[in-house]
Amino acid sequence: MAYPTEYRYTKEHEWIVVKDGIATIGITDYAQHELGDVVFVELPKPGAKLEAGKIFGSVESVKAVSEIYAPASGDLVEANAALQDKPEILNSDPHGAGWLVKVKLANPAELSSLLDAAAYEAFIAEKQKEASS
Amino acid sequence: MESATSPPNTVLRKTPLNAVHRRLGAKMVNFGGWDMPVEYPSSGGLMAEHRAVRSGCGVFDVSHMGDIRVQTGKSAGALAAVQHITMNDASRLAIGQAQYSAMLYPEGTFVDDVIVHRLGEDDFLLVINAGTREKDIAWVRENTRGFDCQVQELSDAYTQLAIQGPRAVDVLRKLTNANLDGIKNYWFTHGTVCGLKNTLIARTGYTGEDGFEIYVPSDVATSERVWNEMLEAGKEFGIVPCGLGARNTLRLEAKMALYGHEISEKINVWEAGLERYCRMEKGEFIGLAALQKARAAGLRRTLVGLEMVERGIARDEYRCLNEAGDVVGLVTSGSPSPTLGKNIALAYVPPAMAGIGTPIWVEIRSQRCRAQVVATPFYKRPRKTQAV
Repeated sequence: MAYPTEYRYTKEHEWIVVKDGIATIGITDYAQHELGDVVFVELPKPGAKLEAGKIFGSVESVKAVSEIYAPASGDLVEANAALQDKPEILNSDPHGAGWLVKVKLANPAELSSLLDAAAYEAFIAEKQKEASS
Repeated sequence: MESATSPPNTVLRKTPLNAVHRRLGAKMVNFGGWDMPVEYPSSGGLMAEHRAVRSGCGVFDVSHMGDIRVQTGKSAGALAAVQHITMNDASRLAIGQAQYSAMLYPEGTFVDDVIVHRLGEDDFLLVINAGTREKDIAWVRENTRGFDCQVQELSDAYTQLAIQGPRAVDVLRKLTNANLDGIKNYWFTHGTVCGLKNTLIARTGYTGEDGFEIYVPSDVATSERVWNEMLEAGKEFGIVPCGLGARNTLRLEAKMALYGHEISEKINVWEAGLERYCRMEKGEFIGLAALQKARAAGLRRTLVGLEMVERGIARDEYRCLNEAGDVVGLVTSGSPSPTLGKNIALAYVPPAMAGIGTPIWVEIRSQRCRAQVVATPFYKRPRKTQAV
């Protein structure tokens, strides 16, 4: 699956994209693949404050729990309600319909420290090489 | 996102089928020092593998399991030795029969659980867990010294395949001349499988379904050939390769114990609820005295099944609380149940809280989630109706 070039990425496998001052955050295709069948997504409610680098939610597959780190700080304006009943969207469309939260950013400059698509793809290529060695 | 499985930092052991798993694109994990497939995206992943075993069949590489043969030629030394180191009564086994059993410490707690196969009058095969291999073999050697028997470790001599599910018998029938219908649950025979003469075929497994475990020579060429022939023969029955992920959810639904979780060196037979595999009347065995004492003293904790009532998934090692918020127990295994569509768990709690329907709260990342005690096993396979 292609990694959109307008997105920014973390080494913890989250993505973030900003449109009209609102950031959308999700987990990457690599992340959903590593997790396997997603069965449960736990997200904070609107009004919650996200702090860059801190845990704000979790995604669970049958076999494991993974915590989600905020790529940037801000106020949560919407959590993806569709994931409550259909968490499997995270597997089928991680970069689109499987988004997690929308956030009003506190400091948009934080995004400049994140990876672009090429750097993220190089990062996961390295991880995959380690795993298959 | 942080992955729960950390990259290997030591040299992992590999089964003879390791290259096959990697060619299939399996996700590999470090399981007790072994590089093992946890799920195969090409099979559709864990859930699909689980469902295949419940409705059709699946095949597992379980070559990491260990094998110990205890035998003599002339006396009844091997039987006496096996009786001494295991809790079930091996004298009740016919040749060709197997039993679930366990090796215990003098404290009545678990060295490991084992399947004891009676190969001959005085010839036994003990199948043990992967993570406890070295400990087990040392334990068996140490504690059988006073008996007239030979102890031989055969772990690396066999590739062990588990073919499990209601259609497993149909798949295996295509590959063997053995009369599979003549093998009852927990019995075994020797027959030709994929052209390999004298192959051990046991009607055993760790999934709660009907199925077989076969033991073939461990060279890579033979192992790969049998694996591939199995998948080919199983195509019409929907066979898929299955990993340790599905193996865990399948055994959990069937309430089968996992060493290091439900049973360990800290948990005794009564607590684990495995008394029906423990024969106190058979005579002396390691752990007997402590178990007699423990029975007289009464239970402090007992293993129960939980079902989550509120949203949340109980996981291994999560704490159990009572209504007041006091810690009363610990989850040993917890997972979503693919068959039931519920979140289930096994946990140790005080006997007073073990009644069906008792509310118990599980602490999930500092939140309290309500669960309740339910009857186990969570899943029992439908019995074939007897022809009248």
